Amino acid sequence: MSDQPLLDVRDLRVHYPIRQGVFSRVTGQVRAVDGVSFTIGKGETLGLVGESGCGKTTTGRAILRLVEPTSGTVRFGGEDVTALDRASLRRMRRRMQIVFQDPYSSLNPRLTVGSMLGEALEIHDLARGQAAQDRIAELLRTVGLSPDHARRYPHEFSGGQRQRIGIARALAVEPEFLVLDEPVSALDVSIQAQVVNLLQELQERFGLTYLFVAHDLSVVEHISTRVAVMYLGRIVEIASRDALYGDARHPYTKALLSAAPVPDPTRRSERIVLTGDVPSPAQPPQGCRFHPRCFVAQADPAKLERCRAAEPELREIAPGHWVSCHHA
Amino acid sequence: MTDGVATTAGLSPAGRAWRALRANRAGSVAGTVLLVLYALAALAPFLAPYDEGDMDRLRFFHPSMPVHAGGWVEVTRPAAGAVNAYETVPGARAPLRWFVKGAPWKLLGLVPSDRHLFGVDAPARVYLFGADAMGRDVFSRLLYGAQVSLTVGLVGILISFTLGLLLGGLAGYLGGWVDTLVMRSAEVFLSIPALYLIVALRAAFPAHLSSRQVYVAIVVVLAFVGWASLARVIRGMVLSIRRAEYVLAAEALGMSRARVLVRHILPNTASFVIVAATVAVPGYILGEVFLSFLGMGVQEPAASWGNMLGAARSVSVLRDHPWLLFAPGAAIFVTVMTFHVFGDALRDALDPRQESGGRP
Repeated sequence: MSDQPLLDVRDLRVHYPIRQGVFSRVTGQVRAVDGVSFTIGKGETLGLVGESGCGKTTTGRAILRLVEPTSGTVRFGGEDVTALDRASLRRMRRRMQIVFQDPYSSLNPRLTVGSMLGEALEIHDLARGQAAQDRIAELLRTVGLSPDHARRYPHEFSGGQRQRIGIARALAVEPEFLVLDEPVSALDVSIQAQVVNLLQELQERFGLTYLFVAHDLSVVEHISTRVAVMYLGRIVEIASRDALYGDARHPYTKALLSAAPVPDPTRRSERIVLTGDVPSPAQPPQGCRFHPRCFVAQADPAKLERCRAAEPELREIAPGHWVSCHHA
Repeated sequence: MTDGVATTAGLSPAGRAWRALRANRAGSVAGTVLLVLYALAALAPFLAPYDEGDMDRLRFFHPSMPVHAGGWVEVTRPAAGAVNAYETVPGARAPLRWFVKGAPWKLLGLVPSDRHLFGVDAPARVYLFGADAMGRDVFSRLLYGAQVSLTVGLVGILISFTLGLLLGGLAGYLGGWVDTLVMRSAEVFLSIPALYLIVALRAAFPAHLSSRQVYVAIVVVLAFVGWASLARVIRGMVLSIRRAEYVLAAEALGMSRARVLVRHILPNTASFVIVAATVAVPGYILGEVFLSFLGMGVQEPAASWGNMLGAARSVSVLRDHPWLLFAPGAAIFVTVMTFHVFGDALRDALDPRQESGGRP
């Protein structure tokens, strides 16, 4: 890992205005992503986990500017993605790609696999004619499909195969960085392993850098070098994989880990059950966003006082291990 | 499919729809009827024994005459002492002759000819569906009128749907002020009762135009009224499609917005648009009927189903010469019904949920 990270996200915010009434007055903000910062070094995989609605997908999309960030900077290879004009952004998009969660809605049902991939090559003028056909065949082989599949339509494939096509499309422009937006969440468990293995293989082969968004902690543990945990638009803990899974410090991370199924009947796990629902990102709680559901704060009135009063900063409690909790 | 087993593997979405349409009996029949109707319209000058403006001042309101076995019709003459009444000439027969020479015409405006499918020797006349107030052959006029009535829908749809797709697509995809501008203007169009709008727009063109200019004017007027409702539906569809992940993927690849719209978003409204177009055609046919009925459409002597129907407006005509109502009325009825049945079948054929194999 070099000193300069490939991706450097600083204080990223995505707020959606809530409009009401005849004149569409803005009456509030949904803070989908509210001050997220992290870095990813070249060749690394950062796992980004959290419950649904915590803003992890929006974070991934905002990095690629598929969703416009409200504020904050995203530096990719030293260049500020958020400041690019339309033309430079299109050039930049060759370097960063995305694989989506839903293998059904992520492929246009009206295009054959071949024309879908050919289109990607055409946009950036990477190959034409026979060279394009060869490249399409190569891409399909790379993701474990047959070159014959180029003539087929998406509906003729299974979910796992479709996800491979999605990966091939992202790889077509030879990117350095991939946002993997829950790439295996919609697949059967047996297929999940195949796709995750394929992703790891591709990473080694092409020296790719991944942001792996997921809600499944076991998949993230398998593939990530570092892991970030999000709650209600913010990162609450970020650490190397071993530190996070072995020595989680934030109560929310502990609760998540305790809820993950462990395929070992002899191991007795003590499950921490969180009460209540995730608060609305339009009105996040005062102070620490997690305190209404936090078993540490709720058990001790003295601690709760502080959690209500001030929002904890993300602080480094061990080298490379950052936690945003007053009591960690 | 060499093994003869029906399978959708390897078929494009259009191929699957075609297969489903063929399997639908009502749809196949309607499609065939439509093809026949358009063939009749295209061959109208050949199939019609007379030109659309060919008058016979001695045979106003001549009733329809049956064709007798052996292929002949009776020879008639005006009855003495009665108005608009005819008697047969006893013993006289006018045999139908095939491929007779008659008024010159051009096939599709290109290939000249003077042959007609059938006819009788002058001075006798053949009136299969009777004659109108000028002694013109209703059967011939019905065929010529089909040229106007059947194409006005297609051309009108082509214009209004191009407009609707483009404007609705831009409004939905770009949003912001484009959306506001397009949608507010569409609402203005939709808030004016369509018939008044048609009449008002027609008034914007000069009153006396050649029949060809009138035809263009009608198409333009109808298309202008028709785009708004389509634009509104397309905008709604585009709003949902633009959030689809394959659209995001295309954007993430760096595709330009125009290309995303044309290649990824609009094609996915196609099954709706095709059905909507088929179902909208009768509206245009009836729009032409309406304008011509009011005398603002195709001008005599040129024929359209609308002005033929317009000629049958008075009670005395309805009572004494009902064929003037029935002939164009039946033609309009059959055409409109057929388009509706065909549109329904097309909707079923294009519905991905009809297929085996799960999600679209």
